[in-house]
Amino acid sequence: MARITAAVTTSHVPAIGAALDNGKSHEPYWQKVFAGYAKSKEWIAEQKPDVVILVYNDHATAFSLDIVPTFAIGCAASYQPADEGWGPRPVPVVEGHPALATHIAHSVIQQDFDLTIVNKMDVDHGLTVPLSVMFGQPEAWPVKVIPIAVNVVLYPVPSGARCLALGRAIRKAVDTFDEDLNVQIWGTGGMSHQLQGPRAGLINQEWDNRFLDRFVNDPVGLSEIPHIEYVREAGSEGIELVMWLIARGALNAQVKPIHRFYHVPASNTAVGHLVLENT
Amino acid sequence: MALDKPYLDVPGTTIFDAEQAQKGYHLNMFAMSLMKAPNRDRFRADNSAYLNEWPMTQNQKEAVLARDYNRMIASGGNIYFLAKIFSCDGLSFQQGAASMTGMTQEQYAQMMLNGGRSPEGNRYLGEKK
Ligand SMILES: [Fe+2]
Repeated sequence: MARITAAVTTSHVPAIGAALDNGKSHEPYWQKVFAGYAKSKEWIAEQKPDVVILVYNDHATAFSLDIVPTFAIGCAASYQPADEGWGPRPVPVVEGHPALATHIAHSVIQQDFDLTIVNKMDVDHGLTVPLSVMFGQPEAWPVKVIPIAVNVVLYPVPSGARCLALGRAIRKAVDTFDEDLNVQIWGTGGMSHQLQGPRAGLINQEWDNRFLDRFVNDPVGLSEIPHIEYVREAGSEGIELVMWLIARGALNAQVKPIHRFYHVPASNTAVGHLVLENT
Repeated sequence: MALDKPYLDVPGTTIFDAEQAQKGYHLNMFAMSLMKAPNRDRFRADNSAYLNEWPMTQNQKEAVLARDYNRMIASGGNIYFLAKIFSCDGLSFQQGAASMTGMTQEQYAQMMLNGGRSPEGNRYLGEKK
């Protein structure tokens, strides 16, 4: 049977990808960011997951204002890195896992989550930067990826509680897939940041660190934080953190923390990263 | 009954909701068109001519020509769409964000190195610092 063995959460700041792509990762500014992932890269090399369910948000890339799905699942065989305005990132094509993805879609919709099914889309930095920080710059990504795209751009966005519950539904779906697969679920985005308006640059280290604590030990309580608290405390784009709760919902209540990293800044953003194993 | 919008009293912040998206539809779709290299080339060659292909308001077009991102946001723009404009101009997200704060790029970069803008005094409109 397929099983979810671990979760990885990480910010997906585009500048981190650009630093790697442009050979700047050894500059002191960026070294402080990449050093935080060294242990995770060793860990994942040992874990060798077959599939990553990668929860991220599309940043006005695949979804224009014509159609904005709240939760979408990618069922395609592959996804091209998107041209977000400065040319596509020079990273490998992302291979999908259509069989598991369609199984999850079927099961999760039957559990009353109205997923949008996507059979063709390009993927932006939200999906490719997490792959880069965890795997570096390989010829091909060493995992298949199932994208779960969450709307956190156009309000209202889904609540933390809804995200946690979706994670639980995904867990049930994976547990009933017959093929023997080592599956990880990644939650990406955040931590505190604001990219717009005179308040741009907001960072809240205290709030972020409490979020990291509660993410491990009190996910249900954490999922009850209303949107407005994210906006006030973690900046308008800090709302991306609700996506982490999808990953957390797919794990057991008790988890084994493997790694934790927090750093300010990467460009406009507080970088947060956790690795948790299912017990 | 009015919709619940608890986010209107956050200083220096515009939440992109369905109402804003309605106002900014053409502005945002114009910005998104710059994801295609041939469109970037045409926009760079003649900003005004390219903008005139889009049914945007005069105010939105002027805001784009002035690269006034606060004004674009006030007229319905969303930062992830508008990012395509400053990317086309060769600017980073940090440079784009800095331009909205009244700080120079250097001052803004230094603020980020110092830990970013504090939430203290920045949670509610009219709040005392
Ligand atoms: Fe993001």
